[in-house]
This record gives sequence, structure tokens and C-alpha cells, in this order.
Amino acid sequence: MPETPPKRPMGRPASNLPPLSLHIPEPRYRPGDTPDFSDVEIPAVDATPRPGEATKADAMRELCYGLVRVLDFDGQAKGPWNPNLAPDRLRTMLRYMMLLRAFDDRMFRAQRQGKTSFYMKSTGEEATSVASTMAIDRSDMCFPSYRQQGILIARDYPLIQMMNQIYSNRGDHLLGRQLPIMYSAPEHGFFSVSGNLATQYPQAVGWAMASASKGDSRIATVWCGEGSSAEGDFHSALTFATVYNAPVIFNVVNNQWAISSFSGFAGGERTTFAARAVGYGIAGLRVDGNDALAVYAATQWAADRARTNNGPTLIEHFTYRAEGHSTSDDPSAYRAAQEASAWPFGDPVARLRQHLEALGEWDAERHEAQRTELEELVKTTQKQSEKLGVLGHGMHQPFETMFQDVFEDMPWHLQEQCDQMLAEQKTKFGADWKPE
Amino acid sequence: MMSADSKTMNMIEAINSAMDVMLGRDDTVVVMGEDVGYFGGVFRATAGLQKKHGKTRVFDTPINECGIIGVAVGMGAYGLRPVPEIQFADYIYPGLDQLVSEAARLRYRSANDFICPMTVRTPFGGGIFGGQTHSQSPESIMTHICGVKTVIPSNPYDAKGLLIAAIEDNDPVVFLEPKRIYNGPFSGYYDRPVEPWSKHVASAVPEGYYRIDLGKAATVREGEAVTVLAYGTMVHVAKTIIEERGIDAEILDLRTLLPLDIEAIEASVRKTGRCLIIHEATRTSGFGAELAALVQERCFYHLEAPVERVTGFDTPYPHSLEWAYFPGPVRIATALDKILKD
Repeated sequence: MPETPPKRPMGRPASNLPPLSLHIPEPRYRPGDTPDFSDVEIPAVDATPRPGEATKADAMRELCYGLVRVLDFDGQAKGPWNPNLAPDRLRTMLRYMMLLRAFDDRMFRAQRQGKTSFYMKSTGEEATSVASTMAIDRSDMCFPSYRQQGILIARDYPLIQMMNQIYSNRGDHLLGRQLPIMYSAPEHGFFSVSGNLATQYPQAVGWAMASASKGDSRIATVWCGEGSSAEGDFHSALTFATVYNAPVIFNVVNNQWAISSFSGFAGGERTTFAARAVGYGIAGLRVDGNDALAVYAATQWAADRARTNNGPTLIEHFTYRAEGHSTSDDPSAYRAAQEASAWPFGDPVARLRQHLEALGEWDAERHEAQRTELEELVKTTQKQSEKLGVLGHGMHQPFETMFQDVFEDMPWHLQEQCDQMLAEQKTKFGADWKPE
Repeated sequence: MMSADSKTMNMIEAINSAMDVMLGRDDTVVVMGEDVGYFGGVFRATAGLQKKHGKTRVFDTPINECGIIGVAVGMGAYGLRPVPEIQFADYIYPGLDQLVSEAARLRYRSANDFICPMTVRTPFGGGIFGGQTHSQSPESIMTHICGVKTVIPSNPYDAKGLLIAAIEDNDPVVFLEPKRIYNGPFSGYYDRPVEPWSKHVASAVPEGYYRIDLGKAATVREGEAVTVLAYGTMVHVAKTIIEERGIDAEILDLRTLLPLDIEAIEASVRKTGRCLIIHEATRTSGFGAELAALVQERCFYHLEAPVERVTGFDTPYPHSLEWAYFPGPVRIATALDKILKD
């Protein structure tokens, strides 16, 4: 057969024009480098104006490129965004963030001890879930991604239930079906976590549309990372939200890293993630995500806006993922080790503590006592949970639960497969074996 | 046989009536999709519904199938019973992740914390010169998803009763509407005049509420010589050929592919000892492969001939060569001859 020449030879310039070049984003620092963030723009703490909640989106575009701040680096709350929270409220916020950190540390260790398959910490990002949850009503609906365990903590969800889920043990009300941390807690306004990224975005919009269409007063909030803002679902959600003026708050937690891919692979080299709002004509706020009061204030603004039928808001939480993506990740293989400590916005827990101390409402002694108390609480709860089993040490759910809830009623083909699976157990464990 | 409260309806009118009845009975039902609101849908399935039930119950959506299905999942979580339309089944793919990984899994992964009582209506199939992007039959993609029910009606009476049952179902249902037979049953002879539904007995449709339970096949025609398994448009094509050739075939209209009415299939094949499966979708890994395997597993010792499949070819649906692609009279007759030869 004669060879057919390609219609357009590859790799040969079509003309004498200069050759094109393809840009592949590259983070500034890799392992071994010394990170220097001194050129990160940090607007003055009171430089960002606070528009009224009903302001038209196109009249406040500059907020997508600024930075909502409340706490300066000396622990003083300043400027128009200061939510002026009472000391008790601030102490509650600090307590939740410290509890979250203690919980994360303990569960990370449990994974390393082989008690579960997987864990994800939220170190450095605690404010983005805890403070934003505290700024909305408890009856509002949260559609989390996988790193928002702070929502459950801030809504006083029982820690033992979180642990039972992580261990897939007898107490796991999800029957061991989900990967650890993919909680579901409808009574706490917490939607079932999916492992597929950003799918919760249009779902949150649908929930908000339903609430609005029924004349309800509840709003929806949803989280994703800057990495998954590249998913089509993100853009579908923003389109639907702007079309129907849905009462929803979109949170993009820009923690700089999506596993090993830096924010440049989601478009972060070109513009801010808050600026995604501009093209959709919805309000956008860019917030210091390590400043719990700024997160609170921005969320409160967005919640008021949504609740008064002024539509959705996109909030970019500018923060840093201080730990690996998950227990399956090794960040030392792709980023500079000192990035977290060099991050110019500090640590959210330390900054809130500093603020309370500056107010004269907290001190080192109380802080240490609370840390010890929370670590003990987590440890005690962990022991209770482990009495119900840990992953891989015996199977904790009745076998037939594998086939339940695929449908409301079990069709014949699943019943047959269930019978087959039960028969297999008899082959494995002997004829006397019985399902639990 | 028209009862007092029945009316002659084509399939579009019957589908419209099912949504109308459910919008009236249940204030959590919402109907949405591209062009479904004021205009009433490109096939007119939602004509008049917005005017009657209001804009927050029946409305247009952006051209974004991921958004349509994703938003419907969220509405279901709130407590609504959404009935999204995907304008052509060929357009469902951008929404497939929301269907496969979200809608279908929500009940299971949340152990009943959240459910997805959604019915996705979508016209499918060829025979209308729709080319490769308006003619596909993706039913086996749907039946391969665990957690979704797949329903395909073949006449106005069934379409209404099945759609009402689908909307009332607490699990996600994909309701595939054979668009070739929206306006009348199709003989398979594209060069003959189209017969309207009004001449067909199943066009007598009660105006009020009734349901046909999912998971039940219908015997279209009783016979002893061979069992023909079909659904949607192909039920009518098969019936035409069989009657023309005077074959004593039993035709089962499956109506629901998942959950499948395996009892009806087994009973019929055990009686006839022969089985022909007909679908318009591509052959390889088509739903016919599943049916053939089930018949072989369950009825092998009753079979007197190999199970035959008549399907579309494994090519994209061609525009100009549509009738060479379509599993029409010649392909069906050839298969029947082969299966009945011994």
C-alpha cells in the first residue's frame, strides 16, 4: 500500500514566522530551594472597603483582586470588615480550631499506626471551615469538599461519629461504605462528601434554588479547592447560580497546592480565583484565609447578601496547605520544605490566639490548658471509638449491607448476587458460618 | 376502547399529561431543561406546563447538562422531586459524572441520609435523520450504572403510566423516550406513510392519575415459535415483520431494562425454546449482550437454537445512510429465518 503523506507535516514551520512556544506552568520553589514570599502583595489591613451587601457585583469588582483583612500581624482587629465579635465568641472559635487541629493530629497518627486506610489534615486552613461555618446559621446547608471537617467540629457533631466513620467500624452509620473522612451528617446540615471533585458545586446551587423556590430562608454554602475550580462542575454551578440568583456561597480554598500541582495549573498565574466571579457577574471576595475574623466577616457579608435575595458570592480563601494532601502524599518530593513556615500570613490558630491575648481575654496558661484538655478529649473519644473496631481488624458490617441501599428496594439481580456472596463466605469459613 | 375519562393521545401528549398530573398532585415536582419552559420543549413534551403550574415549577435551564443533573441532585437532597429533560440522549454525556458518581450513588454512600428521587427524561434513538448526534441509543450505558433504573416506553398508555411511576420512584430513573414513535408507531418501512397513534389501541390514555409499576414487561403478542425481546421503537418494527411473515412469535416489550422482568423472559423462552433480541443501539456490549447471557444462563436446556441479536451496527449513526444502519425488516427477517430454520 502506498504511504499516504500526512495532510500537514508535523514539526515543520509553515512559514518564516517566529515559532510558537507552549507554556507549562512551574512553581517558583522546588525541594532544596529557599522560598521567599516577600513579593506577595499584602494590602494594608484596613485598605479593602466593605460595600453594602446589596451592592451590584460589577460595582465591587476590585474586591476580587484585593484582600479582605481584619487582623493585622500584631493581633489587632482593624478596618471596615471587623465583625466585632464578643470575646466569648472569639474563644469559641479558637476552641473549635484547636479541637480540629488536635483531631487531625490524632487521626493522622491513627492512620500511620495502621488503624485506617487514609486521612487528610486541614492544618493551616482551619479558619476557612470553622470561621465560615460560624458565620452562617446552623440550619444552613453545607456542601463540603474533603477537607472541611471543621464544619462538623464547628457544629458540635459528635467526634466519636467522625472517628467511627474513619475507622469504618461497627459504629459507622455509613456502614463502612465510604473512604475515611467522607462523612455525611444531614442533621448537622452537612451533605455527603463525594470523592469526585467539585460535583458538590452544582448540587449546592440546586439545594439553594429549591430553598428559594419554596420561600424558605435557608441558604447553601459549598467548598472546593483552587485546583478543582478547574472542573466543569465549578463553571456549571456558577452559571446556574447567576442565572437563578441562587442563595449560595461559593468557597474556593486556595491553599496553593492540589496534591503536587501548584495553583498555576488551575490558572492561578494569570489572575485570582475570586476573579472567576467577574465573568459570571456575581460578587467576589478575596480573603486572607489565615485570618479567622476576615473569613468570618466575608462569609457573614455573603450570607446576608444571599438571604436578602441579592444572590451568590464567590469567596477565595487565600491560604496555604501546611501538610501533605493526604496520608498518601509526600510533599517533600515536589515543594520546598520551608514554604509553610515562610508563608507570610502565618498560622490561623496562632493569629486568633494572639488577638485574644492582645484583647486581654486569653493568656498562655489558658491556651496550654485548653490544648491539653482538647488533646485528652480526642484521646478519650478515640479509645471509645476503637472499642467499636478499627479498619481491617475483622469485618464490622453485616455482609448483606453491601447490597442494601443501591436502591430503596432490592431488585432480584442484587438479591441473587447477595445470596452468591453469602454462599462464598460458607466456602471460605465453613458450612456452619452464618451472617451476623 | 375509550373509557369515559380517556382521551386519544400520541406519546408526546401522554408524557405531557404524566408531568401535568404529577405537577398537580405533588408540589415537590419540578420540571426543567433546555427550552422546556415558555416554549414547551423542542418536541413539545412540556407544552403548556409552565403556564399552568408556574415558572418556579417548570422552567428553562442553561445549556449545561452537568449543571442540569447536578442541580437536580441538590434539589433532591432538599426534598424536591426533579424531572429534568435532556434535550437529546446524545447530550447526556456532559452530565454523566453527576448521574453515575452522584445521583446513582447518593443513597448508598450516605446509607439513606440523602436520596435522589430524580427522573431524567430524554428522547433517544434514530430514524428521524438526526445524524450521529441526535440518534444514539445509550441505554446500555445507563443499565451499566449501579443505582439507576432505566425505563423505555413503547406507546402512549405505557409512557404515561411508566413516567408517573418513575417520578414517584425514590431512586434516580432514566426515562428514555423513543422519539421516532412520538407521533405514531413505526413499521420499520421508512418509505411507507406514517400511521398516527390514533389508530393504535394504546393511544386511549386516561386523563387522570394511573401508574404502571417499573420492572414489568408486557406481552405484546403471544406465540409459540420464538420469543422476541424488544423495547421502544423496535417493538413495533418487530410486530410488523412478524405479522407480515405470519410467524407465531411471542413479543415481549421489556418496558423497564433495569430492574428487568426476568420471570417473564424465562417463562416465554422456556415455552418457545428460541429467542431473538432486537435493539437499535450498537451491537458490542449492547443491552442485547446482557439479555443473551441471561437467557443462556437460565434457559440453556430449553433452547433449540442459538440466541440471535439484531442490532444497529458498531458505527456512529450515519446521516445519509440511516436506513442501511437501522435494524429494519430485512435484518430482522433474516435473523428470524436463521433462528427458525431447524
